[in-house]
Amino acid sequence: MRAQGWQLGHPGDTAMADTREGLEAFSDVLAVLAAGVFTLVGAIWFFGSSDPAMSFHGLLMMVASAIAGIYVLNVTFREKAAIAIGSYEPPEGYFDGPIKVTVVAAVIWGIAGFLVGVILALQLAYPALNFDLPWLSFGRLRPLHTSAVIFAFGGNVLIGTSFYVVQRTCHARLAGRWSPWFVVWGYQLFIAIAGTGYLLGITQAKEYAEPEWYADLFLTIIWVTYLLVFLGTIWRRKEPHIYVANWFYLAFIVTIAMLHLVNNAAIPVSFTSPASYILWSGVQDAMTQWWYGHNAVGFFLTAGFLGIMYYFIPKRVERPVYSYRLSIVHFWTLIFLYIWAGPHHLHYTALPDWAQTLGMTFSIMLWMPSWGGMINGLMTLSGAWDKLRTDAVVRLLVVSVAFYGMSTFEGPLMSIKAVNSLSHYTDWTIGHVHSGALGWVAMVSFGAIYCLVPWLWKRPGLYSMRLVEWHFWISTLGILLYITAMWVSGITQGLMWRAYDSLGFLQYSFIETVEAMHPYYVIRAIGGILFLIGGFIMAYNVWRTIRGDVPVDLAEQPRVAAAPGLRLQPAE
Amino acid sequence: MKHEVFEKNSIILLVGILIVVSIGGLFQIAPLFWVDSTIEKVQGMRPYTPLEQAGRDVYVREGCYNCHSQMVRTLRDEVERYGHYSLAAESMYDHPFQWGSKRTGPDLARVGGKYSDQWHVEHMVNPRSVVPESIMPSYPWLMTRRLDAADVEARLKTLRKVGVPYTDEMIANVRTDLAAQTNPDSRPSRELLKRYPKAKVAKFDGQHGVPPTEMDALVAYLQILGQLVDFAKFDAAGPNLR
Repeated sequence: MRAQGWQLGHPGDTAMADTREGLEAFSDVLAVLAAGVFTLVGAIWFFGSSDPAMSFHGLLMMVASAIAGIYVLNVTFREKAAIAIGSYEPPEGYFDGPIKVTVVAAVIWGIAGFLVGVILALQLAYPALNFDLPWLSFGRLRPLHTSAVIFAFGGNVLIGTSFYVVQRTCHARLAGRWSPWFVVWGYQLFIAIAGTGYLLGITQAKEYAEPEWYADLFLTIIWVTYLLVFLGTIWRRKEPHIYVANWFYLAFIVTIAMLHLVNNAAIPVSFTSPASYILWSGVQDAMTQWWYGHNAVGFFLTAGFLGIMYYFIPKRVERPVYSYRLSIVHFWTLIFLYIWAGPHHLHYTALPDWAQTLGMTFSIMLWMPSWGGMINGLMTLSGAWDKLRTDAVVRLLVVSVAFYGMSTFEGPLMSIKAVNSLSHYTDWTIGHVHSGALGWVAMVSFGAIYCLVPWLWKRPGLYSMRLVEWHFWISTLGILLYITAMWVSGITQGLMWRAYDSLGFLQYSFIETVEAMHPYYVIRAIGGILFLIGGFIMAYNVWRTIRGDVPVDLAEQPRVAAAPGLRLQPAE
Repeated sequence: MKHEVFEKNSIILLVGILIVVSIGGLFQIAPLFWVDSTIEKVQGMRPYTPLEQAGRDVYVREGCYNCHSQMVRTLRDEVERYGHYSLAAESMYDHPFQWGSKRTGPDLARVGGKYSDQWHVEHMVNPRSVVPESIMPSYPWLMTRRLDAADVEARLKTLRKVGVPYTDEMIANVRTDLAAQTNPDSRPSRELLKRYPKAKVAKFDGQHGVPPTEMDALVAYLQILGQLVDFAKFDAAGPNLR
């Protein structure tokens, strides 16, 4: 029995089994050691820090690592006992446990992130909702919202789908025994530390890079492990070619690592102080931040999710990717051009003109690969356009790509200096971000989650396709309310700021322009509430599917909705 | 070259990606560390006083950058609304920079000196008491939280490590300077002003007989914003550069 290889369907021999046992023992020791080190570090912060918030984070880390360490030891001893009596069956097939964790986590964090977004939207319309409490004030909640939706919701979707896709496209089991678990649970711990930190006032105040030095270091360790698990799986592949989705995932993982390290370079005040100071200052820090910030968009929210597009759309519509050549051009031009786009966040500032012009130029050029990718995704439906009507999951995936096309047209437009002089600092930017984040990132994630849940939990289909329909329409309506409200408020405010009266004086005081925003803030909050309701509908549907409830409308679901082993063959 | 090379060899693919994504950053970021316009020193710029820096740390902690920019762009209406466009040098000691990306509230790069200390305090405690239409959160807790002098000292020492030119004398006097800035017309406050010209000395929060609070610190910081460079004398061509 022990002679099973750890590559899929690879019959092993005794020598291989020995190697495997040796490696397993090694990884067990390493896992327990790592858990021990993290427990110790947590304990130092818990007992040593005079800052109660950091002390709390130390406690979190100490308890989580100790539990992890005990769990690993327990499993190891149980396996040893099983080997001794000859009843041990080595794990084989795909390694899907960690992916299940990310799917459930994505649903939960998604709802949390949308909910905080709704609270923020309401605070802007009704400031009394800040409740005069530090941990509920807008300035602390806003990073919680952005991090929850980008890194907690989006990040879990990316880690989960990348682990799923890399195994299926390489025909190989995920590399590592404990590492994938560490990546997944360590990432949740990072989110908990970062998120509670914002509420308690621990922040670097760099947008989308708010976590302080110790959370950053912990994330670095998780991220390197993630890269190694991903690469390790590719090294085990039985297909000679690395599939296109994996290029995008790989670019996402390594580029985020690079951006994270440079942008967060800081010196802590002390080992037991949560505070640190960034190495860069002023204009250099601004450029580094937006090189990071825009490429968090380019590589986290775009390249990673394009990996999802390149796997899940062809799978779901059962058609090959439209153009192989286009995907090559798309990949290399996208990753080359994106990295230059950062300075468009700094037009007319103290950043030198040449850098602003470079940023604008590359942002406009970026329109081309973006639309190339969009075309590649959309045209994959050639010959299967009817599925848009019959399969709501396909509709989520395809509409997400349409929103991607819209945002990647709007982005280059806003990067033009003349347009930017109006749009910058206004709600137009917020609207633009949300057409990308809600329309593209969240919708493609919903589509992937609806695919993955029956596939991973081996169900014949989703609990209810009609609920997916509801989710689709209610969130689409929410997005439209949101972005139209922000277009109007942003352009209105931008025009009011620069309006002159007939005597050549500025026509409006600043506060008048704030007052004018109120109705749009209310409409935006309504849009957000609709989107949040969609999230709850998804959570209910996912929960019923995981529980194994009999689907209510199985006849209406396409055969690909079922887990691979449960699919009926198409009629001859 | 055939693309197969990348598709069949993960390390070549990885190296290819790294090279392609490094170029843009190298071109755009690296020169900023040596071109004149981004490293020029302008007369009047100095590191923040201990109290101002403590206020800046409060500003960072409360996430003020989420709604306020500190960057006046080179546009006519902005210059008329807020004052002279911002220079790179004006944020040279800002770790991290706080230029911001959104103006839910107005720009603060030159807010120093525009309002009285009392206005700021009342505005922080309840913004709608002075600006009825304001949608800013209230920050009443700043009035009661005391500054931790040891922490401020450790923070200034760290700032020196990342390149802020605090002298040994400044570091040695952090604690006295911290107290002195809320103690007008005292001998230590005159010492403070020698080390940090233009610093505003006042009992910012109006709570006499109480050690410096976070409100003192935040208002001291807001009152120095945009005050250090004298734009009556400033000439972008250079004679006023130090």
